[in-house]
Amino acid sequence: MSVKTEMPVAPAETVPSLAMVMAEAERRPEADARQRLTTEVLLSVEGVSLSFGGVKAISDASFDIRKGEIRAIIGPNGAGKTSMLNVINGFYFPQQGVITFKGEKRREMRPYFAATSGISRTFQNVALFKGMTTLDNMMAGRTLKMNKGLFWQALRVGPAVAEEIRHREVVERLIDFLEIQHIRKVPVGKLPYGLQKRVELGRALAMEPELLLLDEPMAGMNLEEKEDMSRFVLTINQSLGTTIALIEHDMGVVMDLSDRVVVLEYGRKIADGTPDEVKSDPKVIDAYLGVSH
Amino acid sequence: MTAGPPQTQPDTIPKLLLRNASVYATRPAFREKHLGIWQTWTWADVRDEVRALAVGLERIGLKRGDTVAIIGDNRPHLYWTFTAAQSLGAVPVPLYQDSVADEMAYVLEHAEVRFAVVENQEQVDKLMSIADRLPRLEHIVYDDPRGLETYDRSRLHALGEVQELGREVLRTDAGAADAWREKIGEGKGSDVSVMLYTSGTTGRPKGVMLTHENVVVSGRNANIFDRFTPDDTMIAYLPMAWVGDHIFSYGQAFAGGLTVCCPESPETAIDDRREIGPTYFFAPPRVFETMLTQIMVRMEDAGPIKKRLFDYFLKVARRSGEKVLDGKPVGMTDRLLYALGDVLVYGPLRNRIGFSNLRVAYTAGEAIGPELFSFFRGLGINLKQLYGQTEASVFITLQPDGEVYPETVGKPGPDVEIKIEEGSGEVLFKSPGVFYKYFKNDEATAATKTADGWVRTGDAGFIDANGHLRIIDRAKDVGRLTNGALFAPKYVENRLKFYPEIKEAVVFGHGRDYATAFVNIDLTSVGSWAERNNVIYASYQELAGNPQVKAMIERRVDEMNRSLASEPLVSGSQVRRFLILHKELDADDGELTRTQKVRRGFIAERYESLIKALYDGSRTAHISVEVTYEDGRKGKIEGDVDILEVKTYPSAEVVKEAAE
Repeated sequence: MSVKTEMPVAPAETVPSLAMVMAEAERRPEADARQRLTTEVLLSVEGVSLSFGGVKAISDASFDIRKGEIRAIIGPNGAGKTSMLNVINGFYFPQQGVITFKGEKRREMRPYFAATSGISRTFQNVALFKGMTTLDNMMAGRTLKMNKGLFWQALRVGPAVAEEIRHREVVERLIDFLEIQHIRKVPVGKLPYGLQKRVELGRALAMEPELLLLDEPMAGMNLEEKEDMSRFVLTINQSLGTTIALIEHDMGVVMDLSDRVVVLEYGRKIADGTPDEVKSDPKVIDAYLGVSH
Repeated sequence: MTAGPPQTQPDTIPKLLLRNASVYATRPAFREKHLGIWQTWTWADVRDEVRALAVGLERIGLKRGDTVAIIGDNRPHLYWTFTAAQSLGAVPVPLYQDSVADEMAYVLEHAEVRFAVVENQEQVDKLMSIADRLPRLEHIVYDDPRGLETYDRSRLHALGEVQELGREVLRTDAGAADAWREKIGEGKGSDVSVMLYTSGTTGRPKGVMLTHENVVVSGRNANIFDRFTPDDTMIAYLPMAWVGDHIFSYGQAFAGGLTVCCPESPETAIDDRREIGPTYFFAPPRVFETMLTQIMVRMEDAGPIKKRLFDYFLKVARRSGEKVLDGKPVGMTDRLLYALGDVLVYGPLRNRIGFSNLRVAYTAGEAIGPELFSFFRGLGINLKQLYGQTEASVFITLQPDGEVYPETVGKPGPDVEIKIEEGSGEVLFKSPGVFYKYFKNDEATAATKTADGWVRTGDAGFIDANGHLRIIDRAKDVGRLTNGALFAPKYVENRLKFYPEIKEAVVFGHGRDYATAFVNIDLTSVGSWAERNNVIYASYQELAGNPQVKAMIERRVDEMNRSLASEPLVSGSQVRRFLILHKELDADDGELTRTQKVRRGFIAERYESLIKALYDGSRTAHISVEVTYEDGRKGKIEGDVDILEVKTYPSAEVVKEAAE
């Protein structure tokens, strides 16, 4: 996380004021944020179809997620967004199509293995252990990273303790990062919804994922909570370098946060591109505003 | 208390640091909870940290006479920035961390700030947004790097990197450490040590310049007054821009080698206090109010046995707790009962709120309700009041142990003289803490400091039979009703605010026929009542408009009027008509100062139509005002407000003509 920069040693007279430096930076806006974007594909979805009995949830959808980007998946209700997330993280296996993650073709697998592959997620309806504290919930996110078996952990001796301390440190850093120190020891069920969402995000991050899937991270939040959450999403992306795919209904949030947006309707992809491109696409406008055909 | 006779005492903060680093080298100076674990720095560690930071800052261009803005929550590194800047002869200027960028712009511009040392991204963003208005600002240094990785770094530095730069210089240049010491040696007690901007109840904030002597001597005297030693610990959680924090957590700590603990985050301050168990604690009355409300709300939910125990021993405490605390005679039964209560109730309660080791607690800034005050003292907490202001480096009067009267603010502190001006009743003082001057505002300085060295406090008061000072109101706020009766708005407002259901009150009446009031209900207390009584509400506005709530507030106003009637001096100030405001008064809308004091003049203008309605006999009034949300957007709140009438009571004596 540490970035090495050169410390300018002040030449007394010629120091430009901060305002001048800022103005200089303004003139080359493309220089800053877009730098982190690469064209390296982290995950690709090709011709994927998924159906439940006779219901087609996704039909022939293709798109990719590049390393380091924030990718939004949007669409009207029932467009297949959550199904798509479930396909991506291996919870569902599509009847047709190919999913490639980190250059490897995905085979059908149990969610446990999906979780160890480097993808973690949060849920539309918060799915935490309500009776457990914030800390314990987040430690649960570290389970997959624990090497010592149940036997050693139950004994609480040497290696198991040392391991737990190491994991606790990771979790404590995340607690600091997400500013939830004050609820560290509070049972999650007692927390307001906005904070529960933050804890869930913390648990997903505790797995140190390469790809983080967020299913409606801002749903049901007030303006202030949305702003906080947006800030966290951006910081996770920039500071930790995590690739993020998110489903979100708040268009303002989507347009501000994401690098690229894919739009689904009735399980089909109808648009794909930068927020500006998608916003002005007539098919997207039709899908959202409803047009008589 | 410290080694050596007084004349050899260090006269600047950096000199105190060097003294502490040698005398208290291995004693804890600062603690901070980080990643859930308390980290400790000894005085020797602090010297090394400050030295590295000072040398680093000097290398990036900080020099004598510069001003350095410091913005953020209470963090050890930010406190050390004060010392590092002072060691180079630069002047730190702390700002309120929750101010919006626009408010900061004025102070930063006025103080001619070249360097800003801030806590995190939030503050960096604010400074960036106003950078074009601050041509003098060159460097921003931040403590917490999170989220700042992608920022243009040519004038933005991590505090850790600046310290690393300093360490590098100290490693390679053998003379650098001595040069730093020499710079400290050049500092004089009469140098300006800090500039604190007053929150400004009226007009623009003023930069109060305090010298090293002001801070050092005030800190030392306060330590002597309450016998503080390096064994004492406090928790730093109030804004660093406020003079109180600067004197308590900085001046007193450095002068006496006390330990300062910084909470993990503002939200954890209560739990952190419990873990630390401070021996010295300071809080404005509203912190104690919240504490009491929380205790009471929790007790409402407690089991019947616990609740009965609590109620019973609370009565015992009310009867004899304060006497036990002051060492006054108490009957045998009560003494035994109090001892039992201490084991069963008071002790656990003190532990719960982190006061188990507490030796001295102070409250100031606003008047504290006598009920509230006695509650805490009854629990065996040595809570006292003091009276002070920025221009005095805090201390004007303090309540000595054993001489605590709730309605007064105590006796003049060590080396402080006070006098009351004839006619206006204004309180004037002289002390070693008297400020140097207002920055770039000689006019205001001349208006505050008299030719013979007295400082006007702007408060009206009198000295009672015990020699204790009693404050009535702001001198300029004390007015007259049309019938000539004395009108003391703040006095009445405080009386109203002492009721748990009332959070804020603004009283009008100068030059009018009678007094009227705006009231804000207390959402915690009234909300809890609503919950218990199945009253459903969605917002402040809705709860404030509830008829049962109105009746409840009406009863309180009536109660207050009855008690005011028994005080001849102020009985004319009884409230005849009042209304419950449809929104909470908020500092973001300019209605309160950043220290949460009511700006009466501004409110009077903003709600002119409501005041008109209070005096023209109408039963309701329509109001629509612009509000500022936390993200800076503006919106409108409007609604109809009912005006309520209350009975007033004849004074015990005839309304007096003058205030004598």
